[in-house]
Amino acid sequence: MIAGATAGFIAKHLPVLVVLVPLMAAPACLITGNRHATWAIATLASWTSFALTVALFIRVAGQGPLSYSLGGWAAPFGIEYRADALNAFILPLIAGIASFALPYARGSIGRDVEPRQQNLFYSALLLCLAGLLGVTITGDVFNIFVFLEISSLASYVLVAAGGGRDRRAFKAAFDYLIMGTIGASFFVIGIGFLYMATGTLNIADLAHRLATAPADRTVRMAYGFILVGIGLKLAMMPLHQWLPNAYSYAPPAVTAFLAATATKVSLYVLIRFLYTVFGLDDPFEAQTLKLLVMPLGIIGIFAASTVAIFQNDIRRMFAWSSIAQAGYMLTGIALMTPQGLAASLVNIVNHGLTKGALFMAVGMLTLATGTSRLSDLRGIGRTMPWTMAAILAGGLGLIGVPLTAGFISKWALVSAALDAGQWWLAGAVLLSSLLALGYVWRIVETACFGKADETRVIEPVPLAMVIPAWGLLAVSLYAGVQPALIMEGANAAARSLLPHLTGVGG
Amino acid sequence: MEHHLVLRVVSKLIIPPILLFGLYVQFHGDHGAGGGFQAGVIIAVAFILYGLVFGIPRLLRVLPWRFIRASMAAGVLLYAGTGAASMLMGADYLDYAPFGATPVEGQHLGILLVELGVGITVASVMLAIFIAFAARLPSQIKDEEW
Repeated sequence: MIAGATAGFIAKHLPVLVVLVPLMAAPACLITGNRHATWAIATLASWTSFALTVALFIRVAGQGPLSYSLGGWAAPFGIEYRADALNAFILPLIAGIASFALPYARGSIGRDVEPRQQNLFYSALLLCLAGLLGVTITGDVFNIFVFLEISSLASYVLVAAGGGRDRRAFKAAFDYLIMGTIGASFFVIGIGFLYMATGTLNIADLAHRLATAPADRTVRMAYGFILVGIGLKLAMMPLHQWLPNAYSYAPPAVTAFLAATATKVSLYVLIRFLYTVFGLDDPFEAQTLKLLVMPLGIIGIFAASTVAIFQNDIRRMFAWSSIAQAGYMLTGIALMTPQGLAASLVNIVNHGLTKGALFMAVGMLTLATGTSRLSDLRGIGRTMPWTMAAILAGGLGLIGVPLTAGFISKWALVSAALDAGQWWLAGAVLLSSLLALGYVWRIVETACFGKADETRVIEPVPLAMVIPAWGLLAVSLYAGVQPALIMEGANAAARSLLPHLTGVGG
Repeated sequence: MEHHLVLRVVSKLIIPPILLFGLYVQFHGDHGAGGGFQAGVIIAVAFILYGLVFGIPRLLRVLPWRFIRASMAAGVLLYAGTGAASMLMGADYLDYAPFGATPVEGQHLGILLVELGVGITVASVMLAIFIAFAARLPSQIKDEEW
């Protein structure tokens, strides 16, 4: 009876509960104060919201889009939460990564944040999670901006939390704050133009009105501002300068969480605006994607991978690799075919899983040795074989070796490029894998063939870090061996966005 | 602040009206101009004035740091909790209609609770920002140097 009523309650309010659970747990953490209790609340909240996102995904896959009106105000006027094939596909990734990052944070956060401030840290992490989930699920463009600000402000705090160990984190957080705020301002200016042109903020209503009205200069301005604003948030090539420092100096749990979710959610927002809101019927919009975003994506892949090869800091190396990976996702989006879009979506999930696991493993390495500089890590493969094996497995995923998740996403992108007749893009993607091989090889070379430093002190790594890191790595390896679920989800999402181009998909 | 008799007396005189005005703006918000954001700032101003004139340590004796931090969270929880309560009563999140005998009555009560949550959070966040900056001054300016 009670179980049935609870299930009915959850089913009715599913879209809002996904956001509400972490959003209410965050102030609860602030009040509780005790760091063990706050950790328990935060972990429970993230697991609950992961379960809810999975339930939402299953329900949307079975029954189609789900709409929820906040405050009982009907859709175009009130705020609508809308789960469809696209965002129901992204939501489990965000909550899932948080479910791994929180146990991991318990083992690692003692190095960065003093005990009596740890409740603030967990509170900020939950706010960031709530913000990212909110951005993804809402069907209202201004609400996207509000949640984007919640998650961004929380993530500036999270990056600055690394300042307890390395004071450079403060400057990294400040740079991130300035760039992120400029991005958010551009985004909200774009929304302002859209509102001026259409008089609505609801995504479905916007899409309908923009599709029926001829695109004028106001709409094109909105398009430009939103593209640049979100480009900043997702570290599109010339707008990426905030990312390497932020990822290098943040606490390890934060780097793993942000690298796997924050830029991915920004990519989701970009896809949502390009394909749902703007629809790309206007030649200006389509040409911008083809002549600006596509080249920037390819330049990003090559330039960032090349820079990664020459990094001495292992975390910074993988941060640059994240910029290169954003390039792959942008090129997939810019292909403007269902296959290209599906390839980007597969890459969002697969790279999120791989990079999350990779940054967790690197965090274990830096915690044990006290350094992340390659020149100080010679021969570390002999002292820490398992951790290095985890990093290598993640690195192979970045290269795109068969049987890894990275192979699936590269394969999807290459076949999408070939389907679209862009053989040169397929060639570029394959060629760029050699660059990834370059930086992963540098780690292998240093770790396995360097002369070990006999005096090095290796500190034990807490089990609370080892289990989540290997767990996430196992998930990413599983995604490489059994790609069907993720491929199907991505194809369904791509088809729902491009119904007039029903290709075979993948 | 021993010398500043005028400042001390005047601020003691105007702090109660400021608080009263803050409460007026808070609870009058659904009839006229006002609401939680404005009221929160006004109430915070009363305490900030107290802190400016009598010093941060005395302000922290009136409002302990733990209390300020807890009320930052409590306001958000009150807001979100109001929404959760409306869900438990069978309506959509933040739909206040079931709170009263009639939907209008329910909306009235609901918006009052939500605005109270906003007011508590805004007031305590303003205070927290002020104290966070003011308490960083290495040594306060000496009285004789005024």
